[in-house]
Amino acid sequence: MSGLTQLSVPELKEQPTIQQDLPFAIVEGKPITEVPHDLYIPPDALSVILDAFEGPLDLLLYLIRRQNMDILDINVSEITLQYVEYINLAKSIQFELAAEYLLMAAILAEIKSRMLLPKLAEEDEECDDPRAELIRRLQQYERFKKAAQDIDEMPRINRDIYAAHADVEHASSPMPAADVNLQEIFSALKSVLDRSDLFEHHHIQKEKLSTRERMAQILLILSNESSEGHFVSFFSLFSPEEGRPGVVVSFLAIMELVKEQLVDFVQAEAFGSIHLKARNS
Amino acid sequence: MMTGNDSASSRPFNNQKLESILEAILFAANKVMSIDTLYNLLQEDVSPSRPEIKVALTSLMAVYQNKGINLVELAGGYRFQTKKEYSTWVSRLWDEKPQKYSRAMLETLALIAYRQPITRGDIEEVRGVVVSSTIMKTLQERNWIKVVGHRDVPGRPSMYATTKQFLDYFNLKSLDELPSLAEIRDIETISKEVSPQDLVES
Repeated sequence: MSGLTQLSVPELKEQPTIQQDLPFAIVEGKPITEVPHDLYIPPDALSVILDAFEGPLDLLLYLIRRQNMDILDINVSEITLQYVEYINLAKSIQFELAAEYLLMAAILAEIKSRMLLPKLAEEDEECDDPRAELIRRLQQYERFKKAAQDIDEMPRINRDIYAAHADVEHASSPMPAADVNLQEIFSALKSVLDRSDLFEHHHIQKEKLSTRERMAQILLILSNESSEGHFVSFFSLFSPEEGRPGVVVSFLAIMELVKEQLVDFVQAEAFGSIHLKARNS
Repeated sequence: MMTGNDSASSRPFNNQKLESILEAILFAANKVMSIDTLYNLLQEDVSPSRPEIKVALTSLMAVYQNKGINLVELAGGYRFQTKKEYSTWVSRLWDEKPQKYSRAMLETLALIAYRQPITRGDIEEVRGVVVSSTIMKTLQERNWIKVVGHRDVPGRPSMYATTKQFLDYFNLKSLDELPSLAEIRDIETISKEVSPQDLVES
């Protein structure tokens, strides 16, 4: 982090001969005395922009492109300055930056300091440029950034092209719908009612039975059982003890549930026992 | 006694019929169908050879050339689809706008597509940020990428590659139909763009 403090030192010391206009930067030998207009980004906009970057490399590329800088000849001190400015701004608006951004700041600071060191004459020119690795990474990232855009532009299914489909005439449905004959339901009801008749003399004046409430009770039983993969017998949902009105309310509740497609009837074979199960479980 | 003549005359189809059968199957299937799948479907009666199927499909492609839909060959096989130039109108059938993919996802996908087989570490190195697990999961759930092996380095990281479904989705027959990577301006001061991976591939 000590490298960062050094970044704020103006670059003027490198060019002590130019005194009159106090250039704040030297681009390819030419002194720049005015702040280029396109550099100014309103602070409010910055928070939006920062969010849009895909990482430190993306941010660096943006800064480089923004100034029409040649990617192969990056002005490291200028870029570092701006980069750190961004980081600080992000901090000031409490925008949480990934650790990678700080790592990049350190890399930039290191490159900058190495650029300031005098070169040893005998050192190999090619390996010497401390920017080489950064440039390689920037270029590589830029390639794939472009490739991602290319992929995004490629025609894709359900955006640019749609699979064509024709319906099949007289298609035999692979899963025959398990239909339960209404007659069967009625005869099942009848046997419940018959059984409830046996309890007629127990008929006690109760609160008015609510179909809605019964629906909820039945649904609860079904969803508990169905969640374990069990079916519930049609008969078990009735309590003959409740007498005729109770049975009717239960039956109405079941019919209502079927109508609202909350439960399904299942019958394994003709005249077999009817079972129920909750849907979507 | 079997002669070449016999088998030819006993064939239960002519080319026109085969084309129509294939056309019907492809429309009804509503998914990419490979020549092998088509071959197996027709084995019990029509029993065309694979080259015959191929010829019929090629001829079908020509039939649809000037229509709103066309028959295309993709990595996974053949599919009838609407032509791109009519998407403006076709898309009005649905209220929902097609999904937009994030840059992070597209960049990750691009790296896997161009640099496969590639590890998460490789992707992170190029992008300079951590690869999101959600993105990798999404890509795998969509069957666009799959693990094709493990690199023989400590930790044995998974190596990812794109799938046929990825190519089908992006209307490609093979990976070399991907747009070529942007060229890098050459300069002597930059060390060569050859990564260790490229060396392994060649």
